[in-house]
Amino acid sequence: MTTITMTVNGQLSSREVEGRTLLVDFLRNGLNLTGTHVGCDTSQCGACTVHVNGRAVKSCTMFAAEADGSCVQTIEGQSNVDGSLNVIQQAFQDNHGLQCGFCTPGMVMAAAELLKNNPKPSEADIRHHLEGNICRCTGYHNIVKSIMAASGQNFSAIAAE
Amino acid sequence: MPKDSGIGASSKRREDVRFLTGAGQYTDDINIHGQAYVHFLRSSIAHGRLNGVDTSTAETMPGVVRIFTGSDFEGVGGLPCGWQVTDRHGEPMQEPAHPVLAQGKVRHVGDPIAAIIADSPSQAIDAAEAIVVDLEELPAVVDMKEAVKNGATKVHDDLTSNLCYDWGFVEENKDAVGEAFEQAAHVTTLELVNQRLVANPMEPRVAIGNYNRANDESTLYTTSQNPHVIRLLMGAFVLGIPEHKLRVVAPDVGGGFGTKIFHYAEEAFCTFAARQINRAVKWTCSRSEAFMSDAHGRDHVTKIELALDADNNFTAIRTDTLANMGAYLSTFAPSVPTWLHGTLMAGNYKTPLIYVNVKAVFTNTVAVDAYRGAGRPEATFQLERLIDKTARELGVDPIALRRQNFITKFPYATPVAVEYDTGDYVATMDKLEQIADLSGFEARRKKSEADGQLRGLGINCYIEACGIAPSALVGQLGARAGLYDAATVRVNATGTISVMVGAHSHGQGHETSFPQVVAEMLGIDEGMIDIVHGDSSKIPFGMGTYGSRSIAVCGSAMVRATEKIITKAKKIASHLLEASEADIELKDGQFNVIGTDKSCAWGDVTLAAYVPHNYPLEEIEPGLEETAFYDPSNFTYPAGAYACEVEVDPATGKVTIERFSAADDFGNVINPMIVSGQVHGGIGQGIGQALLEHGIYDENGQLLSGSYMDYAMPRASDVPFFEVDHSCQTPCTHNPLGVKGCGEAGAIGTPPAVVNAVIDALHSGGHTHVTHIDMPVSPSRVWSAING
Repeated sequence: MTTITMTVNGQLSSREVEGRTLLVDFLRNGLNLTGTHVGCDTSQCGACTVHVNGRAVKSCTMFAAEADGSCVQTIEGQSNVDGSLNVIQQAFQDNHGLQCGFCTPGMVMAAAELLKNNPKPSEADIRHHLEGNICRCTGYHNIVKSIMAASGQNFSAIAAE
Repeated sequence: MPKDSGIGASSKRREDVRFLTGAGQYTDDINIHGQAYVHFLRSSIAHGRLNGVDTSTAETMPGVVRIFTGSDFEGVGGLPCGWQVTDRHGEPMQEPAHPVLAQGKVRHVGDPIAAIIADSPSQAIDAAEAIVVDLEELPAVVDMKEAVKNGATKVHDDLTSNLCYDWGFVEENKDAVGEAFEQAAHVTTLELVNQRLVANPMEPRVAIGNYNRANDESTLYTTSQNPHVIRLLMGAFVLGIPEHKLRVVAPDVGGGFGTKIFHYAEEAFCTFAARQINRAVKWTCSRSEAFMSDAHGRDHVTKIELALDADNNFTAIRTDTLANMGAYLSTFAPSVPTWLHGTLMAGNYKTPLIYVNVKAVFTNTVAVDAYRGAGRPEATFQLERLIDKTARELGVDPIALRRQNFITKFPYATPVAVEYDTGDYVATMDKLEQIADLSGFEARRKKSEADGQLRGLGINCYIEACGIAPSALVGQLGARAGLYDAATVRVNATGTISVMVGAHSHGQGHETSFPQVVAEMLGIDEGMIDIVHGDSSKIPFGMGTYGSRSIAVCGSAMVRATEKIITKAKKIASHLLEASEADIELKDGQFNVIGTDKSCAWGDVTLAAYVPHNYPLEEIEPGLEETAFYDPSNFTYPAGAYACEVEVDPATGKVTIERFSAADDFGNVINPMIVSGQVHGGIGQGIGQALLEHGIYDENGQLLSGSYMDYAMPRASDVPFFEVDHSCQTPCTHNPLGVKGCGEAGAIGTPPAVVNAVIDALHSGGHTHVTHIDMPVSPSRVWSAING
């Protein structure tokens, strides 16, 4: 067992963990942040995507101990200060970008990273960026549309091209 | 102008807020104080005699609470099958035992041998490694054609063979169909495989069993599409726990697609073990484990033939199918290749004679059961691929051939025992031609050819039977359950409403769409109405969500219960307004005395119901709560036409979907945004089947596609934007909302459109020897077909 400390959604948290504890298990079971989900065991589905020091990371692919001293953002920390949905979250609701909701936290975290680095992504940019995030419900149509809307782009114009 | 609330409005989903902020509560997010964790030791071989399981060392490992094996379940019921098919000779199907933990033999990779309960998940996994299993490997039966041969190794020693049933439908038509083929001017034959798929909802299954010794009550938290069905099956058939001592909760569920309908061993185990050790027991399935323990889908091998007269009218259809059941009969498995498949073989066409033969086969593979569409995608794929092949053989336009044979008069009784109440297949085809811009196809093809690509257009139609199902009818067909649904509308004193519904929402948005209906009926704000679902202790009863049945069956129950509410509320209003009940109308949330300016508000009436100071107590009881059960009188029949345009790279065989269009007729639509989303998702899964997905076993019964590294799930870059339309609406004639259901259409209508498009592309490139490619239409298969 080893003691680790990290800042999660702005709050400093310290816990004892086993060496083999994955970051996702630490977040879910140690900190009760259950919005980050586990959808596979081969780092393919992206339901566990969080930000570690500003980069999107699959938290099933990282040991909790590796994130010692890091700054971690999860879906629970994404809303506006007043509790309302942020621009990306609101775009997902407005555009029906989620159905069962299980992949959604990972999609929102992946989208946030994309829009930070590429504020006006093309349809192809978005589809490429979501390569590591699997959704089984939406056929991706409304997810891509949501991310376009979140970037302030007119979906109809782009889809018509 | 689009409505902004009520029926027909694209109300934004209220459940989204919790899902978008990480506040959803899925089963794995639930933890019970003091819970232990179970890990299942599963068979690594497909078929073997289980001579012994030595748990002695494992039991001494740190944290181990108790280890169970098959012998602990002697005297406990096995997992039941909910549908008994009668074969073409009048005999019941062969129905093997399905123990919770393997007894005597293991029959597929993943068959659970032992269950290790420990204080932590990792301790349970560690202890599993110390269990010694004495397993004598037997030859595995994997290929269905081999499995039905005389002398084949038997999956179940106590059955006479690996044949579950040999089903003929309609058996009385068999000879007449044969004669029609003899007299045909043209016959087209196609042999095809509808490959094994794995449903893969993104949330793996989870079960938590809990036991309260104080009141002898068991609770199961589970990832289910139908908690009451699980309570019934597990309580009555497996564990012998009466309903009033058993609560089943399915909270937020991360997708189902059929595979979360069924009652699974792990659910029964956790409920059973919690009582045994007097401690909550939690199981969280890994994805790899899901591949070998979730029921799979499809897996049919079929020969289909179409007979036509000299004028290209369809005169008869004959099919011969082998359907894989896997090693055990999953809950509804026998119904899928029979009643959910054979009854749809007429499709959208007036073919007078049809004969369907299905042989269901046991193999050493994971059980196969309903997956999105369940039987109907298999029927549609056969028929629509066959019609395309026929059109090519006859040198006629595939759309014209379809139009010529469309059913145009309704109601229409098919030769396969169902009666379509409404439809307009000409209208959906007209709509498709418009939204898919078929007139622009040739120009797009020329552009693709200029880029060195082959472009193809694939068209198909589909029909499905939804709103499952009339109980009396399915009872005659072998269902061991009724398929009605139930709703309770509880109006509170202040006028807010809780509607307890038997349907379960795991992505379909019921929490938004169901209140739209009640709001429309009462003329009040949707925000005053909440839906309660997924907890057997809170709702009267329910058969759950599958077969595109939620709004058609449970929604109808909700309408009936709301009508009772309105009737009683009008009685109260007439008393308050001192008017005759017949003169009261409810409009925009106000009770008006017709022809006067006298009225009272919805809230006045609801308050009077609970504070009955001025109330007709001699006539009616206080309170305002009504329950209705609704049993449909027929299936509903959504139908439509789909178009796919692909580019095929002749150098690599890679297929790219360039355009995809769907024109559906779902009858009336409650929330168009949600309906479009359902179609998008179905198309995504249909493209997955057509191009990517395949559950593959090797000849030893090893599952080769056992993770997302090997099983190709569709990703965002595998699909384009879709053009979907559901403006063609022929309302269902027999349910109060005129709705038909939309959940499965995309998965049913998509695969043939894609494959038809690929064949069209290859023919445009001169590869006319290619008449069919089995799914998934992978680059290697396409390349081999071109160069073969």
